[in-house]
Amino acid sequence: MAEHQFLARKDLQRLIDVLTQSGFHCIGPQVREGAIVYDALDRVERLPRGIRDQQAPGSYRLEQHDDNRVFSWANGPQAIKPLTFAPRESLWHAQRNNGTLDFSAASVHDEPLAVIGVRACDLAALRLHDRHFIDGEVNDAFYAARRERLFLVAVNCSHPAATCFCVSTGDGPTADEGYDLRLDELDEGFLIHAASPVGGRILQELFLTAADDTRVAAAHQQRAAAAAAQTRRLPSTHLRDALFANLEHPRWQEVAARCLSCGNCTAVCPTCFCHSERDEPALDGEQSSHYRQWDSCFTEGHSYIHGFVIRADTRLRYRQWMTHKLGSWHDQYGRSGCVGCGRCISWCPAAIDFTEEANAICS
Amino acid sequence: MVANMRDPRCAAPYEAEVVERLEESPTIFTLRLRFTDPEVHKAYRFAPGQFNMLYLHGVGEVPISIVSDPLDEHMYDHTVRTVGRVTRGLAHLPIGARLGVRGPYGRGWPVDEAEGKDVIIATGGLGCAPVVSVINYILRRRERYGRLVVLQGVKHANDLIWRQRYEEWAKLPNTQVLLAADQAGPGWPWRVGHIPVLFDDAHIVAEKSVVMLCGPEGMMRAVIDDMLKRGVSEEALWLSMERNMQCGAGRCGHCQMGGKFVCKDGPVFNYPDVKALLGVKGF
Repeated sequence: MAEHQFLARKDLQRLIDVLTQSGFHCIGPQVREGAIVYDALDRVERLPRGIRDQQAPGSYRLEQHDDNRVFSWANGPQAIKPLTFAPRESLWHAQRNNGTLDFSAASVHDEPLAVIGVRACDLAALRLHDRHFIDGEVNDAFYAARRERLFLVAVNCSHPAATCFCVSTGDGPTADEGYDLRLDELDEGFLIHAASPVGGRILQELFLTAADDTRVAAAHQQRAAAAAAQTRRLPSTHLRDALFANLEHPRWQEVAARCLSCGNCTAVCPTCFCHSERDEPALDGEQSSHYRQWDSCFTEGHSYIHGFVIRADTRLRYRQWMTHKLGSWHDQYGRSGCVGCGRCISWCPAAIDFTEEANAICS
Repeated sequence: MVANMRDPRCAAPYEAEVVERLEESPTIFTLRLRFTDPEVHKAYRFAPGQFNMLYLHGVGEVPISIVSDPLDEHMYDHTVRTVGRVTRGLAHLPIGARLGVRGPYGRGWPVDEAEGKDVIIATGGLGCAPVVSVINYILRRRERYGRLVVLQGVKHANDLIWRQRYEEWAKLPNTQVLLAADQAGPGWPWRVGHIPVLFDDAHIVAEKSVVMLCGPEGMMRAVIDDMLKRGVSEEALWLSMERNMQCGAGRCGHCQMGGKFVCKDGPVFNYPDVKALLGVKGF
């Protein structure tokens, strides 16, 4: 019966309040400079009320509509990746003292964080990052600490963008797992459902009523419509085999002629995990910080090895990006590394459509 | 805590000190290192073929294979070629200087699988460094292995380092050392040409051999083609691969070769595991 509870729109603020009182710092979607981003959230008024996103290859525009819905958009440029895999963070410090070196590990002291409005594709990406960063024989302590503090309030997508293809990757638009609470937004409020013990405790503090059959049916219909609205899809063949069988396909050269090798796609991709490690000495030369920051396979330095670059041109870099994302992820983590969020399509300044390229190469 | 240096809580390097340094050639040097904390040093274990990340204060880190024998309790050696900012700085470290070391990382040579077999080691260029450790390992446990054949190809006779070491190995029983230079100079007593010119002299018995390869990928592919023609099975061929490595734990993504993380799944690979992409430009 957990799924059949209803939170009236006027009581959404209480969710933020209860989470805050429970020790969580709340963040949620808000409009900033023409895009939806996740930022600190204390008042429901900050949510993107009546906002729709119009997305297309190389294009992202927000529109104001005259309604009260706050989650009727697909996504913004950044998933929740920065919350667990920081764009830049110190790993350790080295201090020189009279010729000796002292090393100390950096620490992560982030407070418990509740994220409101997480989408199915981004939850799928988070599960992939969990496997990359904490399922191995050596866990990444920084990722693990940031991950552990998260309380996730998912929202089932009601308005997928034209760039979305999560149905084709099997990751949405309905969130099936990996959340604490999940919402279906209806005009007058939300169906709400708890999937974790903490989520259940938060739920008990809210003003809820039983959801009647009409509302439950409306939510189901909305999910089905969101799935049916998607037009883009990846090839249905086994992509790993198809891509590696086509490493010399002329399309790689053709897309390379359009690709700027800027790395936007990898920056907005919720599953890209590449990062470089660098050192930054203080001006006195005694202290030095070793940090990591997001890197991209579209840079020259990514494949540099003592005097030469393995992927010197854009053809090889685009091929690396796609064969990894859709191909060798299967070898590494048992599934594709693409969750169908479509961000790489919208945020590509050259309007390259990842699904179109994959279909051209695998057909 | 020091027992497992690969534990993420130990992700920061440990301080090490240069105990000795050897000039191998104008651009190649060996650092003999020891962790300054005796407990760390005592707990440190590695296998031949693994590597450490060496940290030069304020400059950065480089992945460098360990060339010494794991049984050497006093220190461990890294042979380095001067190429970039970090290695140029490491080249100037005097005895007693401090640096950071974290590791060991990766999977090493198949020393257990090779027991009872002839071990053929074929290297090119400075490729010899990652196999010196396994050569030392075998020499210390000589009775467990069959013949030891060391094949080394260099571009120019002047590029050969460790000449004395090769000469000493050549004198050992059941051990054969064969060297070739593309361009020989005066006083070059060995063969002239690419490394395959040595294979006939090596008298390889295909079914008894395990082949360990290190060096430029073109050279390794040439050796593999030749070995396969001689009847050596694909499973008996092992290669040490090089890629950009920054974390050492399969996280930073730079070392990927298809689905393999070279730093974690390698750097030593069984040939069937990498053959699909070996020599494919861009991987």
